[in-house]
Amino acid sequence: MSDEKPPRDSPEIKRLSLVLGPGHTYGSVTDKISAIVLTRPTSLGWFIGFAISFSIVGMLTVALGWLITKGTGIWGINIPIGWGFAIVNFIWWIGIGHAGTLISAILFLLNQKWRTSINRFAEAMTLFAVACAGIFPLIHTGRPWMAFYMFPYPSTMGLWPQFRSPLIWDVFAVSTYGTVSLLFWYVGLIPDLATLRDRAIKMPMKVIYGMLSMGWRGSARHWHRYQSAYLLLAGLATPLVLSVHTIVSFDFAIGIVPGWHTTIFPPYFVAGAIYSGFAMVLTIAIPLRKAYGLEDFITMRHLDNMAKVMLATGLIVAYGYFIEFFMALYSGNKFDVFLVQQRLHGPYAPFYYALLLCNILTPQLLWFYKMRHNVAVLFIMSIVVNIGMWLERFVIVVISLTRDFVPSAWGRYSPTFWDWATFIGTMGLFVMLIFLFVRVLPAISIAEMRELVAETSEEEK
Amino acid sequence: MAQIFHRSTNFIARFSVFSALFLIGLALIAVLAVARSPYMTRQNFTREQPVQFSHKHHVGDDGIDCRYCHTSVETSAVAGIPPTKTCMNCHSVLYNNASYLEPVRESYRTHKSIEWVKVHRLADFVYFNHSIHVNKGVGCSTCHGQVNQMPLVFQANTLLMQWCLDCHRAPEHVLRPKDQVFNMDWKAPGNQAELGAKLRVEYKIRTTEELVSCSTCHR
Repeated sequence: MSDEKPPRDSPEIKRLSLVLGPGHTYGSVTDKISAIVLTRPTSLGWFIGFAISFSIVGMLTVALGWLITKGTGIWGINIPIGWGFAIVNFIWWIGIGHAGTLISAILFLLNQKWRTSINRFAEAMTLFAVACAGIFPLIHTGRPWMAFYMFPYPSTMGLWPQFRSPLIWDVFAVSTYGTVSLLFWYVGLIPDLATLRDRAIKMPMKVIYGMLSMGWRGSARHWHRYQSAYLLLAGLATPLVLSVHTIVSFDFAIGIVPGWHTTIFPPYFVAGAIYSGFAMVLTIAIPLRKAYGLEDFITMRHLDNMAKVMLATGLIVAYGYFIEFFMALYSGNKFDVFLVQQRLHGPYAPFYYALLLCNILTPQLLWFYKMRHNVAVLFIMSIVVNIGMWLERFVIVVISLTRDFVPSAWGRYSPTFWDWATFIGTMGLFVMLIFLFVRVLPAISIAEMRELVAETSEEEK
Repeated sequence: MAQIFHRSTNFIARFSVFSALFLIGLALIAVLAVARSPYMTRQNFTREQPVQFSHKHHVGDDGIDCRYCHTSVETSAVAGIPPTKTCMNCHSVLYNNASYLEPVRESYRTHKSIEWVKVHRLADFVYFNHSIHVNKGVGCSTCHGQVNQMPLVFQANTLLMQWCLDCHRAPEHVLRPKDQVFNMDWKAPGNQAELGAKLRVEYKIRTTEELVSCSTCHR
């Protein structure tokens, strides 16, 4: 394939390297972003999209209602496969969330300007993904109303939860993650909510945004405190990017099941999480910038950078797959070797090959400049990668459980209608929340974009 | 431009944040308190029985031993509810015309058991054995309270799992010499810590790890 990159000093590459389209002022940035929420009439497309996702949420409600009525027997799980879709989907969703935190916290601390226009909706995406993820561990317990048992509260049993169990670590990791992400997102929103309050035309809007902005006046003291709070939260959120999926990987790695009990799991899970997260950010960013004409704010430079992050994390994931194989063969542990054979030739081998195709082969296209700058290719690839990452979790959960130590304990797993209804239902929930978010809150941080205007105009001088 | 919010809104906002936190905290404490309250545990509630049998009279005043009626307490998981025949051992001659005891005589004539109301009800998933406790020096009154002072029996303790574990974690606080097990008025002596530790060794009571293991009680 030809990889014709324009010369470094050409006007085209200069334009492409911008993180903000040319000719923007404080006013134009504010106008453009706040108009999406305040003045632009809601488009027919929004209503259609919202209606579709809302009806999928209806299906989710039915699926959850039926689950609570009948119990987990409506799913395809049965011994030996006690973990089916619920765990696969949980890990998939929680992984997707990671990109938001990485963009908002780590890239902030590393002073990466290109994070500015994507951090807000990436953080929102994190929150919604965590919300979707949180449903699954709750319902997979079978008796979700007993879930409070997992919290260390002074119970009448005189017992604490089993702190040596990764399930309890999960509760702490995910709830901390959800809380910090929410705080981070909300603190970042406060100046923008004040902008919306000041620009709102109708009184109820003024009151609602006014209450949400918590009396923000934009004084120097406010900004000073805001920036320290934001920096502190970024510092708090940074370790979470690594810790949450590490702990999720411990759910597996602590167990002795072949294919789970490996030390490569934490780093490779974290890389996989960021990989799928960036894919999801692209899946959302590309239609968003198109629908609302935000090409000046979410530029090709952003898409290009995100594609590069995907490529890098994708390679780490590929390395993880390789090491899993290598360690099985190198250790000569017969159960591990057998598991490798099962992945390659067992009943679920097609899933494994599909996974390799989606997660390792396809992203290699991102080495090419032309591919990274082709919006359609990026969009399709982001979806392929998300499918691939879902398959990865399916392969890990299902192949290991269906083929463990004793042949008499082997089994098969296939999801039922209710498994699919719940999974697709959470996708509906995610999309619906995104639609609502775009409609009622500024999808791009207005305050930070204004800062960017100042910084870029200084650079031009 | 006129202000949207009056000055007082600042106070209302702060006040509602603090009161929300306060109310949530209060609600949590209330839930935890209710779970331990006699309302939930049925502690200290006397139960209406088919015949208002007084343990105070029979044990306290007459000095009848527990095992006269609860015959299997030393050998079996359940202490045993006496058959009507046990009552009639005495009541065929004592108060044999009292109308108060007519249900007992009726039961004796018709061979239909008196349906006593169970006072100490453990959850079905708990395996409890009276004999092991009695034989290892845990007295009746440790769990049942001073039954010799109860005109109608009530549950003297919470029967919460926490309460079971309190003893299983440190049984030496309640262990008695074997001849004191059925003594309703036994009080821990001053040197109980020393005595308990000695008895614990003497009775070959298992380690605390074994006593609090899940499957000791949930089999």
